[in-house]
Amino acid sequence: MKSPRYPDTIKESSKPSNFCPGCGHSIILKNLGQLMADMKIEKKTVFAIDIGCSLLAWDYYDVDTFQTHHGRTTSTAVGMKMANPDAIIVAYMGDGGGLAIGLQNLIYACHRNDNITVILVNNTVFSMTGGQMAPTTMPHEVTNTTPNGAFAPEKPFLGPEMLAHEAHEGAYIARAAVSNPGQAYSYMKNAIQNQIDGKGFSFVEILSYCPIIWKTDAKETIKFMEEIKKTFLVGEIKKPNK
Amino acid sequence: MATQTKVSTSLMTGNQAVVKAALAVGADMFSGYPITPTTEILSEWAKEAEKNKKLIFLQTEDESAAGFVMIGGVSMGKKAWTATAGVGNVLMQDPLSMAEAMRIPTVTYIGQRGGPSTGTVIYSQQELNLTRMGGNGEGMRIVYAPSNLQEMYDLTIKAFNSAWKYRFPTFILSDGYLAKTYGEVNIWSLKKSDIVPTDSAFLNPKKQPNNIRNCFSQEPELYEHLLEDFADFDKISEEIVESETLGDKKSTILICAWGVVASSAKAAVEELERQGISVKLFRPITMRPFPVKDLQKAEEGVSDILITESANGQFGRIVREALYGASDATIHRLYKPAMGVMPEEIQAKLKEVIHGKAK
Repeated sequence: MKSPRYPDTIKESSKPSNFCPGCGHSIILKNLGQLMADMKIEKKTVFAIDIGCSLLAWDYYDVDTFQTHHGRTTSTAVGMKMANPDAIIVAYMGDGGGLAIGLQNLIYACHRNDNITVILVNNTVFSMTGGQMAPTTMPHEVTNTTPNGAFAPEKPFLGPEMLAHEAHEGAYIARAAVSNPGQAYSYMKNAIQNQIDGKGFSFVEILSYCPIIWKTDAKETIKFMEEIKKTFLVGEIKKPNK
Repeated sequence: MATQTKVSTSLMTGNQAVVKAALAVGADMFSGYPITPTTEILSEWAKEAEKNKKLIFLQTEDESAAGFVMIGGVSMGKKAWTATAGVGNVLMQDPLSMAEAMRIPTVTYIGQRGGPSTGTVIYSQQELNLTRMGGNGEGMRIVYAPSNLQEMYDLTIKAFNSAWKYRFPTFILSDGYLAKTYGEVNIWSLKKSDIVPTDSAFLNPKKQPNNIRNCFSQEPELYEHLLEDFADFDKISEEIVESETLGDKKSTILICAWGVVASSAKAAVEELERQGISVKLFRPITMRPFPVKDLQKAEEGVSDILITESANGQFGRIVREALYGASDATIHRLYKPAMGVMPEEIQAKLKEVIHGKAK
C-alpha cells in the first residue's frame, strides 16, 4: 500500500509542522494545498497571510506567499488583485485579524465586492499571544482576559452572517469546520471558483481546534467543537443566484 | 534633472504638480484616503484614471488600507503610491514600517499640517521626525523636501526613481502652503532613460514561488537582516544626499532651514545682501539621508548659526547632531511650530544675532 502523498504545493520543509499538536491550521492548510493542486492554480495563486498563528504558514507552500501585518492582509490582497486581475488571491487570517483589528478592511472588501477570497480561521481565541478573548469568544468561555468567563461577550461575533448583509449579488459566503475537512475543502473550492469566475468577494470561515489554549484533551476538543457549531452554524450562507 | 528639455509652463497648485510628475514618471496606481491638505491628490488622480483606463485608483476606507493596497500593487509590479498628512501620516506608519522592513519601494507624498493630534489643516513642519524615522524602526527611508512649486514637480520625479532604484520607502515631504499654492511650473520632457522602471513584480505566480515575511522567530535572524539593510542604506546615502548652500560663502553667519521655510530664508538672505549684510544659507534637499558632510562644509568658518523651522526643534536636533563635535558656533533658534516663518522675521532675528555679536 502506498503511503499518503502530500501535493507538490506543500513544501517538504513544512514537516514537521510548525503548528501545535492538534491545531486545526494544519488540516486547513493541507486541504488548501490539495485544493490548489487539484484546481491546478498553484502557478496563478498568491497566498497572503496575517499575523497570529496563521503567520506560521509563511513558507508552507511552493506558492507565492506574502506575510503582512495584523489585520492588513485583506487590504494587501485587494491591492494585489487590482494590480494583477489574472492572479488568484487567497487571504488567510485568524478571527482576531479578520474580525477585530482588520474588520473595517474586511467589510469594505465585501462592500466593494472585491474579487478576492478570504479564508478566516475561527478558534474562538487569540492563540499566538497565549489565549486572550477574541471577537468569537463564547459567552462564559475562559481565556486569559476572561477569567472565570468574566468580561466575555454575551454573544460572539458572527462574521459570515454580518458580511452577508453587506455582500453584493455574486458574492460567496460560507462557514465550515475542520471537524468536516471534506466540507471545508468544497467550500474553499467554491470560494476560489467564485473568484476565478469573476463574480466577486468570497469568504469562508472555518471553525478550528486550539486544544492548547482551550486546555482540552482530544475528546473534549471534539466536544467543544460540537458545542460552538450550535452558535456558529455551518453551511453556505450566501451563494450567487446564477 | 539630467535632461532638461522644457515642454511647457503651466499654472497649477503644488498638489497638481505632484500628480503631473507622478504621471510623467510612470506611476500607474494610487490608493488614498481624503485628508486636508493633500485631498486634491485623490481627486486629480481620479480625474486622470477616469480618462485613462490603465491607471488604477482606489479611495480606501482609511490610511492604513491605502498603504497596504499600495504595497499589494507594488508587489505585483505596479508603480503605486499614496498621499496623506498629519494624523493620516501617523496611521500610514503601519504599512510604511512594513515597506521599510521588506524593502518594498513605495512613494508617499506628505502635506504637513499642524500637530499634534488633528492640529490644523493648514501648515506645519512637524512631521519631520515621523516621516524620516517612522515608528518601531531605524528610519531606512529616503525623504525629499521641496521648497517651491517647481521642486514639487522635480523632486516627485526623483522620489519615484529613487524608490525603485534603491528599494527603500521614499517620501516627498511637503506642507499645506506648497500643496495649495498656485504658480508656474515648468514641465520637462522625460526620456525613457530618465525613468527607473519597476522591473518585475517580486510576487509573480508564473515564476519561481517567493515566500516573503516581516516576522522573524529569533533575534539573530532579525539582527542580521537589519545589519544588511543598514549597510545598504549607508552605501547608497552618498549617492542620494542633496543640499544647497547659498549666499556669501565666506560669511561667519549661517542660517539652516528646510522646505518652504528655506524659501523664506533665501528671501531674507537676498534682502540682507542688498543691505550689505553678508550671511549664508544651508538647506538640505534630502532630509533622510541627511547631507551631514555638506552641512559641515557650509559651517566652516562660521561663528553663529540660526536654525529656523515651523516646528519646535525637530530640524534643530538633526542639525546639532550633524555638527556635534565638529562645530563650536553659537546656536540661535527661531522656532515657530505650525506657523509660517516670514523673511522679515528671519532678517530681524539675524540682525539681533549680529548686534549681539558686535557687543
